[in-house]
Amino acid sequence: MGNMNEADLAKGPIGQSIRRREDQRFLTGAGNYTDDVTLHGQTYAAFLRSPYAHARIKSIDLEAAKQAPGVIQIFTGADLAEAKVGGLPCGWLIHSKDGTPMKEPVHPVLAQGKVRHVGDQIALVVAETLLQARDAAEMIVVDYEELPAVIDLKTVSSIGTSVHDDVADNVCYDWGHGDKAAVDAAFAKAAHVTKLSFVNNRLIPNAMEPRAANASYTRHDESYTLYVTSQNPHVERLLMCAFVLGLPESKVRVIAPDVGGGFGSKIFLYPEETALVWASKRVGRPIKWTSDRSEAFLTDAHGRDHVTTAEMAMDATGMFLALRVNTIANMGAYLSTFASSIPTILYATLLAGQYKTPAIYAEVKAVFTNTAPVDAYRGAGRPEATYVVERIVEQCARDMKMDPVAIRRQNFITEFPYATPVGLTYDIGDYGAHLDKAIQMADVAGYPARKAASEAKGKKRGLGYSCYIEACGLAPSNIAGALGARAGLFEAGEVRVHPTGTVTVFTGSHSHGQGHETTFAQVVAARLGIPIDNVEIVHGDTGRVPFGMGTYGSRSLSVGGTAIVKAVDKIIAKSKKIAAHLLEAADTDIEFANGEFTVAGTDKKIAWGNVALTAYVPHNYPLETLEPGLNENAFYDPTNFTYPSGSYICEVEVDPDTGKVHIEKFVAVDDFGNIVNPMIVEGQIHGGVAQGLGQAMMEACAYDVKSGQLITGSYMDYAMPRAMDLPNIEVSSTCTPCTHNPLGVKGCGEAGAIGSPPAYINALTDALGVVDLAMPATPERVWRAANGMSA
Amino acid sequence: MYAFEYQRPTSRDAAKSAATGADTRYLAGGQSLIQAMRLRLSQSERLVDLGAVVDLKGIKADGTGITIGAMTTHAAVASNADVKRMLPALAALAEGIGDPMVRNMGTIGGSIANADPAACYPAAVLALGATIHTDRRTIKGDDFFTGLYETALQPGELITAVSFPPAQKAAYIKYKQQASRFALVGVFVAQTPAGVRVAVTGAKGHVFRATPIEDALAKSFTPEAAKAVRMPTTGVNADLHGSAEYRAAMISVMASRAVAAALAR
Repeated sequence: MGNMNEADLAKGPIGQSIRRREDQRFLTGAGNYTDDVTLHGQTYAAFLRSPYAHARIKSIDLEAAKQAPGVIQIFTGADLAEAKVGGLPCGWLIHSKDGTPMKEPVHPVLAQGKVRHVGDQIALVVAETLLQARDAAEMIVVDYEELPAVIDLKTVSSIGTSVHDDVADNVCYDWGHGDKAAVDAAFAKAAHVTKLSFVNNRLIPNAMEPRAANASYTRHDESYTLYVTSQNPHVERLLMCAFVLGLPESKVRVIAPDVGGGFGSKIFLYPEETALVWASKRVGRPIKWTSDRSEAFLTDAHGRDHVTTAEMAMDATGMFLALRVNTIANMGAYLSTFASSIPTILYATLLAGQYKTPAIYAEVKAVFTNTAPVDAYRGAGRPEATYVVERIVEQCARDMKMDPVAIRRQNFITEFPYATPVGLTYDIGDYGAHLDKAIQMADVAGYPARKAASEAKGKKRGLGYSCYIEACGLAPSNIAGALGARAGLFEAGEVRVHPTGTVTVFTGSHSHGQGHETTFAQVVAARLGIPIDNVEIVHGDTGRVPFGMGTYGSRSLSVGGTAIVKAVDKIIAKSKKIAAHLLEAADTDIEFANGEFTVAGTDKKIAWGNVALTAYVPHNYPLETLEPGLNENAFYDPTNFTYPSGSYICEVEVDPDTGKVHIEKFVAVDDFGNIVNPMIVEGQIHGGVAQGLGQAMMEACAYDVKSGQLITGSYMDYAMPRAMDLPNIEVSSTCTPCTHNPLGVKGCGEAGAIGSPPAYINALTDALGVVDLAMPATPERVWRAANGMSA
Repeated sequence: MYAFEYQRPTSRDAAKSAATGADTRYLAGGQSLIQAMRLRLSQSERLVDLGAVVDLKGIKADGTGITIGAMTTHAAVASNADVKRMLPALAALAEGIGDPMVRNMGTIGGSIANADPAACYPAAVLALGATIHTDRRTIKGDDFFTGLYETALQPGELITAVSFPPAQKAAYIKYKQQASRFALVGVFVAQTPAGVRVAVTGAKGHVFRATPIEDALAKSFTPEAAKAVRMPTTGVNADLHGSAEYRAAMISVMASRAVAAALAR
């Protein structure tokens, strides 16, 4: 398979802002979401959840609840224990510095004698209606012995209480990455050391569609079907069948239909759907559960939540010599599916950023607390890494009295491939190109005049940069495996050509808002030279799609798209043989372009549709050497990560009277390699920046440090950014095509959320003349800083 | 939501006779009550929906001011020509409540009877010296709000209308809490025949008058005079969204902006 050259890319629908085909159904209410699925004999579930952050369950009295109207069955942890249903697995094994494996305490499907966060599930009530299930859940009497809550990351190991009885100090692992000795040596000879401590604030994902599941059991073939809000239905099925329920995968079909946003929070195998699948056989009827928004706040896996100290050693000219990073990462009460990998493999490996810092060492201590599990959230480790790098680089410039652009430029990696000291090899990039473009778009030259104008009216103005890098296209399976992954990270694609020449594509990627049905169709239509309307994309169903790994880590086009391209190329190769037979020419003389097969150097040709028809009506066909039909699949395992990068510039104006901040400019210039649909990419940037600025400006998940109650348990207290809070986001791109996938693409889904928080905080600290401002930089925090008051 | 009985009478008398029993509540738009019921934070045996009681709706204007029927929606107040002419600050306040759904369902009577500590209307009632009319009596605005979600209303007492006297100059500035977008601090400043009145919502358990700012503005009705007042932090709310110190400071800042807006009208 040769790489697609520029001429190939220039033709057809690649690079065009084709309107998202899926939006018609989303915007007119025709989407089919999990909660829209109602099956014959449907029953409804409610979960009784812990009101305490940490408590022993002394007894559970179900008698009154069982007698409540409409109740069919109630299950507790005791029922699961009796059925020998184990805990939920963690998909990534991390080893501590001393070589010991991470602590993996049981993550029960329903509480086993103890609850460990507010919202922890205790009982599953199945009833004829949702209201009856909820009413009955409230009638369950639980006798709790409340225990002290472990909440504050700083006192986790000294508090004297254990979230898990078998993890006394609450430490999951204490991990190190990089060359400590080289870093220590570099610090010893440094001309200057810049040190910064900060919190990467905890976030709640807030997908528009809350989690939901509908599980059923069919007696005639002893099979299960689960509709679920998942970003990766095959992974969901594998983990549930092989590690928890002991079911053969061949007897379980997992369907993730339309899914209204995930941002990582729907990657994971959750207790609720697992309990539903298990219970569906016992109940003998389908069971549906849809999280309400309050449950979502309490039980969706949260994101971020790091406390970090970083130090950069420099020589006298501001060249970076070494970076040392120390982070405490909150795992929450249980290890969620990929929790252990987020603050390690997806974090410390990115600490080089765009810079040739020769030595880097990071230590990450992951701890258990009495809070909801923490796992991947848009960017997953890479925003945290970028925040560390871009905040400290900005501070380095200030400490060295250097221009923040100049210090970046002189430390940029300029030669590729480049092997970082933290284990990645960047294949390609041009960091100066997007920085130049961003500076021009942001009119940095005019900034001094704008700053003077702000000051003249009593306002403060600041400018901040963020030059991020991320590793996407997860992932080369062998590398991931060596780093502790317990799963492969390839992707699958199948291309089924129908007799009339239309095409159905089955992909292991999953679209939950990304627009795959459009983008992937553009890729296939371009490669086959057929109208995009003749290409249908199918995803999200283990009963229809080959085993795939799903969508996260900005991997869908680079990995999933490549699998499809490989399958398409197999189709083309076979089609050429059919065409050669029909045109009475040699296979090698057949050329395929614009949906037509031609014999090189002649006017003999045959259309795509005729070849497709011949494959299925093989009357005149080389049956002795070629199978009929046109149906191919492919699996693609990438040889490297992809490395999108970009330069973001943010300009803010602060009202010192109130601490309110107005974002005057926000410029995002990204290098995503080749772009298939610019409009969709721009939308991804807008969404990502909105989430990143949300984190920087207002989003904060807060637990009461004493009681462990979630203070921000609704939109009354958890601040989500709205359109009026956001600036006009000016988006542009530069392009260095990825060197190791045929589309030359890198991935764009997370960049906005990765690049924007440090740009905003750098601008704000510049405006206020302070070293740091904690995220979210609420108006009060800004007001205090603006008026020289203590935080 | 728990099950409840629902009635929709078409007259005041029918509403009053339906509203018997301790667990009965009037439904006056439902933009707070229904949310609380949906979250199972509130439970009533019976709701008596006032939405069909036609004579509780409507706006009348005369030389003594504006009288707004209790079941008049925020959207109706915001778009009413008489309100915009005589009390533009009140129209602007109504226009700024919640979102379009809230403004088209929520009512002035429902808002003040609920007495949310961060609601907007209570600030107007207090600053403009409004009068609350009920099925039993009239209550001075100054006496109406008595505590957190508490009012002078007796059980079963029905608000029928709210009368606002005219003001020479007035404006309301709301500083929104970032999550709920309710008032973190909302300040209504009014120059009335009875003097300058400044009412603050969002900052304490219930709406109150900022007398230090009133005193300063009585001497000099300027933004600078309001801003220079240092409001005490006693009794001022403190939570995730703002300390008492911050809220107290914002009272003066929002008052100064309200004065500027009033002077610009």
